[in-house]
Amino acid sequence: MVLQPSLKNCFRLSCVLRTPKAGFRSTASEALIIQSVSNDVYQNLAVEDWIHDHMDLEKRQVLFLWRNSPAVVIGRHQNPWQECNLRLLRQKNIKLARRRSGGGTVYHDLGNINLTFFTTRKKYERMENLKLVVKALKALRPQLDIHVTDRYDILLDRHYKISGTAAKLGGTSAYHHCTLLCNADKFVLSSVLKSPYKGLKSNATPSVPASVKNLFEEDPSLTSEMLLDAIAKEYATQHQIDHHITLINPADETLLPGINNKTKELQTWEWVYGKTPKFSVSTCLNMAYKDSVLDIKVNMDVKHGRIEVCNIDLPEQWLPPALYSKLVKSLTGSKFCPNETTTLVTTLLRVCPQDDELHSRWNLLCENMIMLM
Amino acid sequence: MSNHPFCEEILPNVRPKPHLAQLKTMSPRSVASCLGEEAEPHLATISVQVCIHRVRWCSSIRVIKSKYVCVFDKSALKFSHQQRLFRTSAVSCGQIVQFKLSDIGEGITEVTVKEWYIKEGDSVSQFDSICEVQSDKASVTITSRYDGIIRKLHYSIDDIAFVGKPLVDIEIDASKGFASEKDVVETPPMSHEEHTHQEIKGHKTLATPAVRRLAMENNIKLSEVVGTGKDNRILKEDILNYLAKQTGAILPPSPKAEIVPPLPKSETVPATPKDKARKIPVPVSRPIVFSGKDRTEPVTGFQKAMVKTMSAALKIPHFGYCDEIDLTQLVQLREELKPLAEIRGIKLSFMPFFIKAASLGLLQYPILNASLDENCQNVTYKASHNIGVAMDTEQGLIVPNVKNVQVCSVFDIASELNRLQSLGSAGQLGTSDLTGGTFTLSNIGTIGGTYAKPVILPPEVAIGALGKIQVVPRFNGQGEVFKAQIMNVSWSADHRIIDGATMARFSNLWKSYVENPASMLLDLK
Repeated sequence: MVLQPSLKNCFRLSCVLRTPKAGFRSTASEALIIQSVSNDVYQNLAVEDWIHDHMDLEKRQVLFLWRNSPAVVIGRHQNPWQECNLRLLRQKNIKLARRRSGGGTVYHDLGNINLTFFTTRKKYERMENLKLVVKALKALRPQLDIHVTDRYDILLDRHYKISGTAAKLGGTSAYHHCTLLCNADKFVLSSVLKSPYKGLKSNATPSVPASVKNLFEEDPSLTSEMLLDAIAKEYATQHQIDHHITLINPADETLLPGINNKTKELQTWEWVYGKTPKFSVSTCLNMAYKDSVLDIKVNMDVKHGRIEVCNIDLPEQWLPPALYSKLVKSLTGSKFCPNETTTLVTTLLRVCPQDDELHSRWNLLCENMIMLM
Repeated sequence: MSNHPFCEEILPNVRPKPHLAQLKTMSPRSVASCLGEEAEPHLATISVQVCIHRVRWCSSIRVIKSKYVCVFDKSALKFSHQQRLFRTSAVSCGQIVQFKLSDIGEGITEVTVKEWYIKEGDSVSQFDSICEVQSDKASVTITSRYDGIIRKLHYSIDDIAFVGKPLVDIEIDASKGFASEKDVVETPPMSHEEHTHQEIKGHKTLATPAVRRLAMENNIKLSEVVGTGKDNRILKEDILNYLAKQTGAILPPSPKAEIVPPLPKSETVPATPKDKARKIPVPVSRPIVFSGKDRTEPVTGFQKAMVKTMSAALKIPHFGYCDEIDLTQLVQLREELKPLAEIRGIKLSFMPFFIKAASLGLLQYPILNASLDENCQNVTYKASHNIGVAMDTEQGLIVPNVKNVQVCSVFDIASELNRLQSLGSAGQLGTSDLTGGTFTLSNIGTIGGTYAKPVILPPEVAIGALGKIQVVPRFNGQGEVFKAQIMNVSWSADHRIIDGATMARFSNLWKSYVENPASMLLDLK
C-alpha cells in the first residue's frame, strides 16, 4: 500500500515529539531543540535531509545539535580532489561526506560542534542565527573576543576562524548550519584539508582557507558539552520555550521513516564523488624507469566522477599501441577512483602478452596514474 | 441516488451536456449516477471535464480521475487515446510561461546555476526539482510552480542567473481549467487490464467523498473493497479492514489478472437493470502492481576488464577433476594452532594449509605453475609460486596473490593473507598484490557449494575451487562408521599442456598433504 509519505511522517514525528516530557510544554511551542545521539556523519546529515523534507516548519522551528567522529565534509558543488587529501583520508580511515548545502570544506571531529537552524524560507535569516551563537558564547565567557563577519564566519580575536556557515533552501523550508571549533585536532585538520593533487581545473566551488583556532585554546575550561548547552539555552530563551533538548536516534526508522534510505544515499559513491562538477586533470607524471626519468603528460576529463576522456602522452612504442589503446578504452567510462582503476588495470594485464619488461612498464605507468586519484 | 434538482430534470434518453458550473456543485456520485452508460456520445467529453474539475477540487490529483474515466465506458479509453493525440497536435498551441527565478531572501540578486535536473523536452509536475543554484554558501533547490513541458533553459551550468529574470520556459496546457494534460491522459498506477475490469464490473461504488479520499490516498480501488454499509456502501472501516488485510500479504506480481468465477456477494452490486447484463468473470485477487522498471547501465571499468579476461579464459580448453578430501585431521591441527597464531596477532584459517600444500605439489608437478604464450609456441615454467586467493569484494571478484609460497612457512602465508584480506575489504589493494599470480585457489565454500567448475584465470593454466566442509559419516579402515569432515575440491586445468593424469596425480599429492598434515613436514623446504 502506498501512504502519502510526507503527511504521515510529518504527523508521526511531531506526534512523538509532542509527547509531554518533564517540563516540556506541548502547546504553543514555536520551536524545538533536538540533539543526535549518533556520531556518524552520514546519519546526521540524513537527519537534516529528513527534517528539511518532512517537517512542517511553519508550526515550529528546529535547532539540531550534532557532532561527528572524524570526517571531512565537502559542500554540495565542490570537488573532493581539489579540497582534501583523499589518500590521507583513506589511510586514516576518515570518512568523506558531501552535504546538500553549499559552501566550503570542513573537518569534523568530536571537538567540533554542528548547529542546524531549521526555518521556513521566509524566516531564513543567517545573521540572526549567528548573532544568537555569539550571544550564547559571550554569556558563557564574556571575555571572548568573537564577532560575525559579513561572510558569515565567526572570528576569534579578529583573526582566527572558529565557525563556518552553509545553507540549503528548498521548496518551502530552509536550513542554515554552522560549525564551532571547540577542541578539534588542528593538526589532522590542516593535513587533510590540503590537496596534493595538481593540475585540476574546475568550476567547483573553491574553499577559502582560513587560520583556525579552538575555543579550548582560549579557555581550557570550555568543553563541547558546555557550548552545546549554552547555545541551546540562548535559543530556548529567544524562542520562549523550555530549555529542553530532545535526543533523537538517527537510526530509528519508526521515528524518522525513510531515514535509513537517506543515510544510504549519502554514502553512495555516486553522491559523494559522482556529484562533482565536471573537471579536468592536466598534469605530468615523472616516472623513473631504469636509468632515465620520463615526463609523461596526462590529460583527463572527469564528469560525474567518471573518466570521460583520457590522454596519456607516452613516448612512441614505450607500450605497444594496441595495449595503450586497450588501457585508454578501459579507463574511459570508469570511475576516477584508485581502487576501481587498480582492479581494472590488473585484470587487463591478464590478457596482455606475458613479457616481464612489458609488465613492469605497465605497472609503473598504472601506479602513477592511480596516484592522481 | 441524488436528489439534486439537475438530475431530476434529466430524462432517460436525453442527456444534454451538463453545465460545468452545475457539475461543480454536485458530488461525483451524483454526477456519475446522472450520466449513465446510455450517454456514450457525450460521455467522453463530459467525463473528462468532470475529472478535471474534480481534480481541481481535491488537491490530490491522479487516482480519482482515472477511476471516473474508467467507470463509464470503453469509449472513455478510446477518448484518452484520442486525447493523447490531441495533446501532441495541440502541443504547439500550449501556453508558454516564463518561470522566473524567485526571491532567494537576504537581498540576494544573483546566483550561479550549478546543476540542472531536467532538460528541454522533459515534462515536469508542480514541485518537481528543476535545478540547483548556489549563492554565497547557500545551495537552493528551485522547484517548478507549474505542470508542463520544459521548452527552454535560459542558463547553462556555471552561468549567473538573476532573481526576477526567467529561468526556464514551461509550456503548460492551452485550455484553461485543465490543471495539467497529464491529468487527463495518465492512468497510474493501474494497468490497462485494470481499466477493462473496472468497466466490466459496471457497477457504481457507493462511498462518501471522505471515504473516497482515504481510498485514493492509499491507492485502493473502491471496487475491490467490500462495502458493509447501507446498499453495500463502502465505509471508512471497510477501507481500514482492507488495508489491514493487504499489509503482510506479499503476492507474487502477476502481469495479467487471473480470471476467476464472479464473486457471490463480496462486490458491491446494486440491483439495477444495467448491471445484470455485465456478469462476466472478474478477478478475485488484486494483482500487485509492479511498478519496477528495467535498468540498463553501460559496462564500464572493472566489469569491462572482467569481460575481457573471461572471454580470453573461454579460449582455454578446460577439463575438470574433482575429489573428496577428509579434513578431520586438519581440523584438529588447526584447532591446536589457532591460539598460537592469535598470540602472534594472526587469524589462522584453513587456507594457509591449502596454499602451502599446493606449493609442495607444484614442486613435483611444475607444469601446473606454468604459462602458455599466446601462440601456444612456448611454455614458461614459473619459478615463483605466487598463489592467488580469490576474494569477493564490492566490485566483484579480485584475486590478490601470496608471493613466493615456496619459501614461506604456513604462518608467513597466514599473516600475508590477513594483510591482503584487510586491504581488500578497505579497497586498498595495490597493483603488485594483484599481479604476478601463477596458480589460484578459490575458497567458494565459505559462501557455500560443494563442487564447482572454476574458470582458469589467464595467463595461468590451473585453478582449484574448494567447497564447504561438511560433517558426514564415512567408513574407516576397520569398517567402522565415524564422523568425517569432508570437503570437495574441483580442479580445472588447461588441456592444451596439462593432461588428466598429471592433474590427478597432483590432486592426489595435495590431498595426501591436506588429509595428513604431518606428511607435509617431510617435504617442507
